This record gives sequence, structure tokens and C-alpha cells, in this order.
Amino acid sequence: MTHSPADLLTAYRLRWKRRRLLGRAWRRRHDLRPVSDRRAAIGPHDILAFSCIRNEILRLPWFLDHHRSLGVSHFLVVDNGSDDGSAAYLAAQPDVSLWSTLASYKASRFGMDWLTWLMMRNGHGHWCLTVDADELLVYPYCDSRDLRALTHWLDSTGRPMFGAMMLDLYPKGPVGDHPYHAGDNPLDVLEWFDPSGYGIRIQQPMRNLWIQGGPRARSFFTADPRRAPTLNKVPLVRWHWRYAYVNSTHSLLPPRLNAIYDTGGAEAPSGLLLHTKFLNTIVTRAAEEQQRGEHFSNSAQYDGYYDALTRNPDFWTPQSRRLTTWRALESLGLMSRGGWI
Amino acid sequence: MTDIPNGTLGFVMLCHTAFHRAAETARHWAERGCPVVIHVDRRVGQWSYDKFRNDLADLPNVLFSERFACEWGTWGIVAATQAATELILDRFPTVRHVYLASGSCLPLRPVRQLIAYLDERPRTDFIESVTTEEVGWTIGGLNMERFTLRFPFSWRTQRWLFDRYVRLQRAVGFQRTIPNGIVPHLGSQWWCLTRQTLTAILQGPDRALYDRYFRRVWIPDESYFQTLVRQVSSNVESRSLTLSKFDFQGKPHIFYDDHLQLLRRSDCFVARKIWPNATKLYATFLSDDAERQAAGEPNPGKIDRLFSKAVERRVKGRPGLYMQSRFPNEDWENGRTAAPYSVFQGFSDVFENFEGWLSKVTGSRVHGHLFAPDRVEFAGGEAVFNGSIPDNSALRDYNPRSFLANLIWATRGERQCFQFGPADLQELNWFMALDSNAQISVISGAWAVPLFKSNRNFADIRREAARLQKIEIEHLAILRHSTAKARIRIWNLAEFIENPMEPLQTIVDEISPRSLRRLTEAPRMSDLAGFGQFLQNLRNQGMQPVLMGDFPSSDDRPNESRRGRPYLVK
Repeated sequence: MTHSPADLLTAYRLRWKRRRLLGRAWRRRHDLRPVSDRRAAIGPHDILAFSCIRNEILRLPWFLDHHRSLGVSHFLVVDNGSDDGSAAYLAAQPDVSLWSTLASYKASRFGMDWLTWLMMRNGHGHWCLTVDADELLVYPYCDSRDLRALTHWLDSTGRPMFGAMMLDLYPKGPVGDHPYHAGDNPLDVLEWFDPSGYGIRIQQPMRNLWIQGGPRARSFFTADPRRAPTLNKVPLVRWHWRYAYVNSTHSLLPPRLNAIYDTGGAEAPSGLLLHTKFLNTIVTRAAEEQQRGEHFSNSAQYDGYYDALTRNPDFWTPQSRRLTTWRALESLGLMSRGGWI
Repeated sequence: MTDIPNGTLGFVMLCHTAFHRAAETARHWAERGCPVVIHVDRRVGQWSYDKFRNDLADLPNVLFSERFACEWGTWGIVAATQAATELILDRFPTVRHVYLASGSCLPLRPVRQLIAYLDERPRTDFIESVTTEEVGWTIGGLNMERFTLRFPFSWRTQRWLFDRYVRLQRAVGFQRTIPNGIVPHLGSQWWCLTRQTLTAILQGPDRALYDRYFRRVWIPDESYFQTLVRQVSSNVESRSLTLSKFDFQGKPHIFYDDHLQLLRRSDCFVARKIWPNATKLYATFLSDDAERQAAGEPNPGKIDRLFSKAVERRVKGRPGLYMQSRFPNEDWENGRTAAPYSVFQGFSDVFENFEGWLSKVTGSRVHGHLFAPDRVEFAGGEAVFNGSIPDNSALRDYNPRSFLANLIWATRGERQCFQFGPADLQELNWFMALDSNAQISVISGAWAVPLFKSNRNFADIRREAARLQKIEIEHLAILRHSTAKARIRIWNLAEFIENPMEPLQTIVDEISPRSLRRLTEAPRMSDLAGFGQFLQNLRNQGMQPVLMGDFPSSDDRPNESRRGRPYLVK
């Protein structure tokens, strides 16, 4: 392979960017106060999950069970000032290690500094799944093969990462009108999704994907599509302490880990993060998030988005699809088994 | 231990991981009267090895053989096989057939059936053994050279040295001599050979010579027995009784719980590799319930189709699909989209209700101007089309390529047609021209017809005409470019209206080739009386219309020929 001087310069810059991110994470380590530390139980081949949460008591039971049943052995969670009992609930779980912080979510790169630190310390050599409490990972064969099978196969094919796009789920009718109780399957309420209409481009210099679209883009961002939420993610990585997520889990460094897609016409393996953001609580939560201004770097520009959410929107269209099996999601072209049979 | 006496079939198992599963399988065979000799990779820790031995300590017909380090592609695996085979032949004199298996193998049919199968063929050696010329697979681009070069470096961990050393030997023309002129054969590592054959190989006079030679051959476990069996056996069935599949990287496929039916259908006796956590597979195939199944000839071919389809999906993908793990470079694919579609430029200007007519004669989905500046004109005025694609023009213009690719992907199975024109978004002109799925038909200059019919000030009309003409000229240059791959047809307005039926027939035939019927109903053509004068007026005002072809300025032709339904082509 030949590298032009410009490529080498880019690689050098990204290297320093990665080091800066690791340095930030290291400096922010004091934000975290250990609440319950059960890391001694982590075995050398365990699959770990990392998550930063705030007031997710409603979603946590299902979130933990879903990923437990997929084969996650231990959850390392940062609680950013919950006041709904999330912290107590997590502290009581036998497979959760919990840290808490009241520091600013935004100033910690939306929690990524904290998670980077935890991953640097605990993730090295493990397959690490970094997900939010409103994300449920699915992938080809997830009904019969657990994450150990998937990661073992990824290891054998020499892929240290696995991409999973966020798939926004929504109910039929206004989102606030569908009650949900902790422990229920959120997919019984949020049954619908957009089967197509996702726009893809590649972003330089890290060559990560930038996927936008789905119900939020078509409902809220028609005036300024560039601001529509980013949907691509690389949540599952065989971690090395020198790796760092750059922008949520949308992209990471070193850049080769962003190559979740094949450019030669083949299909690489991929999954989906079922996004359960639009439970009925979103309507009140949006107002709170808007007021806190902790979720976007230029929060004021998203006022219209929050306003629309507080108005109890209905995302459903006659072209929406009902969520069924992973096979249906794959045949729609939203994810791919990529040679795994 | 049950009281079943040892029978004529013995198993040699090569194990290096997942010992609890290997122990289950070994126990299954041993309890059914098949002696088992187990080899455990030397690199496995003593603790695991001891536990493994302890788990099987109650079975007198399970023995452990001398341990060798079994690095992939090296002699250790053959040495281990030799030692274990010698042990089983020596200690279990009833054994007539030895079956070489691995710790991740799983019997798919009752061992009783396998014994009966072998009893009917007591002298047959089952081993895949083909000459290097006939081998369809190669790893690292090496075939015959496996036997004529030296391989002191590891392919897995010292790839750079491995490759350089191979290149060096090729450069200097180094060649090892093959002893006794034997013909190298290759094949699956997993065989089932008779005592006669094995003892002839293992106790033959030239064994030291052959061992010394194969010690330096690359991947000898796929060639040692496969070659030597041809020296000593006259009854070789060149196939493996073990079902094993390889992926496009040459790695063995792993079978999971969801492969249960597939494995049953194969009618093979043993399969590898089995995922150690495939609880359902182990529970099903190691229970005696499995006896119920019908006993046919092993037929791994039954499941080949599925495997080749999966490999194709991995290697070629689904054409026209752009998604998170498939984003082909531009120009990679012949078709940039998932299915054929048709683009009509100028037709809806020349004909009244062209969309309705086209949809009726072709049975396809006919949209208005998908790339109109103010909104996406989906067929039927839908606000959200298939795939939840909205009619919002800002979203479309933000990523028009994805918009079109998504639309064609989301409507697979139904041909899409749409109108296009110089007033529309022009960003995809190259994309469509280079897309072999696109059928682009242009009546150049037809955009002037709506201007001609409009009630605008002539100065505005002239300005707009100049703008549209400039855009269309640029578009036509792209369509006429030598690299264009779409099916492109261009007429100027004058020649098209002279004889509209023939072009229409051609286009319709291409859209629905099976119908092959003559068009009986033609679309109604717009009234063009006075159009020539209109063009003359543009000229008089300083704008030069060049795309319409030759229209006489004075309308000397009778109005009737410009109005109403055109001729039918007989």
C-alpha cells in the first residue's frame, strides 16, 4: 500500500487526537465515585457492557435482561445524577459495577470521557459493548446464537469491530398515548420502524459512515436535514486500552475501526440497535432535556426538535413496517449476516 | 461403563479446546462400544488436561495418547495422529476401522448405523485424496509447491518471513525431491481408514523416509495419509465421512443450534466444527432419540446450496443495496441501483396525462417529477412512499443519491418510472447516466411546450427558456458521453412528434418485454398549433432555441396532424 504525504499527515493528526481523547478521559477519572464495584467477578473472556445513564429506571430492567441473555457478563455503568432510583436498582444487580457522578454530561463529551476511562482500565482485551439504556442490540441469528458465538466468529475472521445502526422505533399513534411499565418488553409498545430512507455518506478524515434519516429526520428536520440525528454506531469492539470513541459511539480511533462497511460490493456483518427512545415518557422528558441543555453541543439549535417532541408527535405512516424477526430486518437490507451462516 | 464389548470401530480424537464437549462426545462413543483414543494438544495447560482425563476416568476403553504441540499447518498434528492411531490399534485388537475426529466433532447419526455402514464395506478406506491438479482450494496461493519448497516459518505468526522465503526459493529455483516418486495427494484431514491400511503406512519400511520428508511439507495433515494411502490401499473411497464446510477465507464453518435441521438433512455420520455452546445440537445428537431418523447414504451436497449462497452474499452482496455494512465505491458495480427504472424527459410536456397512459400500458409505477424543486412528485401524490421515503425536497436534496438508491431498493419487484426535466435537480445526471439499470429517454426541447402554453410575460419566458436550454445542453452532453452505461435515447421535439409511435413502442417493449403487444391506444398529444411561431418569437427576442429541431415558423401544416392521437404503427 502506498501512502501520500497527506495521508500520513492525517494519520499523524488523528493519532494525536486519539491521545488527547485518552488524556481527557484520564483527567476526568476523578469525576467518578465508585458505588458498587464487582469487577473482581470479570473473567478474562467475558463480554462487557459499558453505559452512561440518567433516570432510566423504566428501561433498565429490560435493558439489562436483554443484554444478559445475549451473553453480556458484566455491566459497567456510570450514573449521571439519577433521582428516580436507577442508582439503587443498579447497585443491587449482581453483575453491575456502578459509578456515580454529578459532573456535567456535556463537559464530559456526553459521558464518553467517563466511559473511555472505564474502558481503558477494564475493557482491554475484552469484547466491549457500549450502549445507552434505550438501545437494544440485535444481530443476525440473535435468537439462537449469543454474543460469544458472534464475537468468536468475528475473531476468527479478523474483524475487531461490529457496526450496528440505530433503528428508531415508534408506536402507531401519538408517542405519549402508549403506556409502558418497567420490566415490560418495550418492543410490544414500539412496534414500528422506517424500512428505508436512510441517507449514507462517508466522512473524512476518519472514513466513518454518516447515516441520517428515519422518523426523526422526516418529522423534525425537513428544514435542516444536516442536523438530523446520526444513526450509525460501532457499539461492539474488541477493545484495546489505546482505542477511543470520538463522537458518542458513532466513530472511533484508530480510523481502521470505522471500516464496518465493505467498499467492494460485498456485505460485511452488521446488526442494529433498536432505539426505544420513543416510549410515552419522551414527551415529558424532552422538556426536561431541553431545559438542561446537556444533550447537544449547540443546544439552542435543537429547540424546535424538543418543542416538536413535547407536542406528542405521531411518527407512524402507512409505509411503516412492523418489527418482526431479525430475518425480516436483514432482508430489508438494514443489517447483514455478512457471510456468517 | 456399560457391558457392551468393544467393536470394530474406534475413534481417534484430536482435542485442543472445549474439553467438556469433547468429553461428552467421547463418552457417547465409548459407551456404545467404540474405543476412543484422545490426543490433547501439548500447549494445553496441565490443569485442563487433568480435568479432562478425570472426567473420562471411569471408561476403560478411553485412552489418552502421547502429547504433541499442534500448531496449525505443522507436522505436530500428523505426529499426534500417528501416535494415537498406533495406540488404538495396539490396545484394541477388535478395531477394524479407525475414525479420525476432532474434539469439536459431533455424531449426527447413531453410531450403530455407522458401524453397520462400515461392516458392509470392511475393506474400504474413506479418505478424501485428490491430486494437486484437481484440488479446487488453495491457501496462500500454494498447491504443488507445498511439496517442493521448505516452510520453516509459521504462516499464521510469521507471514512476512513465510512469504519472503517462498519467493526466494521460487527465485533461485529451489526444489525438494519427492521420495520414491510418490504422487502427492491432498484432502480433508478427517478420514476413516482400515487397520490393514493404517498398519501398512505406520509399519512400512519407508516410514522414516516419508516422515522426514513430510515433516517439512506445508500443512502435512492434509497430505500425509492422503498421499500414502494411495501406496498401500487398493480400495480408496475419496471422500470424507465427516461433514465439514469452509468459508471464503478457508476457515471451517461452525455449526450452531439453528443448523439442527440442516445437519439432519445431510445424512452425514459426523460433523465438525460444532459450537461448544450449541446446547440443543449436543442434546439432540448425543441422545438415543436420534435413532428415529431415516438412514440414507451421506449426502453433504444437500446443504451445499445454502453455503454457496451465503458465500455469495458475503462476497458479492445484494446489488444496489447501500447500507451500513455495504457501501460500494462509485463505479464498482455495473448497476448502481437494485433494479431497472425509466426516466422520461419531455414526454409529459408533449403528451397529456402521459403518466396515466404509461402506467396503464406497462403496469409499472409512474411518478411525476421525482426531482422537482418544490416537492417529490410520487405517483398518486403520496406524501410518504414505499420504505417510508418522504416527499420532502430538502431531505431528498440533502442526499439525492441515497434517495434514488433507496427508492429503487425499497420498490424491488415493481418497475419505477419517473419524469425528469431541466427544471429539476440535476445532481444525479452522472449517477443515472452511468447506471446500467437506467433507461433514459429524452425529447430534447420539449420543456418549451409548457412555456409556450403558459400565461407569463414574454420576457420571463425568454429568460426561463434560456436557462432551461443551457441546463438541458449540459445534461445531453453527459448522456452522449462515451462512458455512459444507461440505455439512452434522445430525439429532438420535431422528429419525435413527426413519428411518436415507434419510439413509444420501443420504450414500452423494453419496460415490459414479455407483453410484446402492439400499442393500440396512444397518449393524447398536446396541441402545438402556433409553436413554430413561438420559437420564432424567441429567436426574434435574441434567444436561440436549438434543441427542438426544425419547426417551420409559419404553421403551414394543417392543424389536424398536430392535434389528437397520432398514427398507429401497423
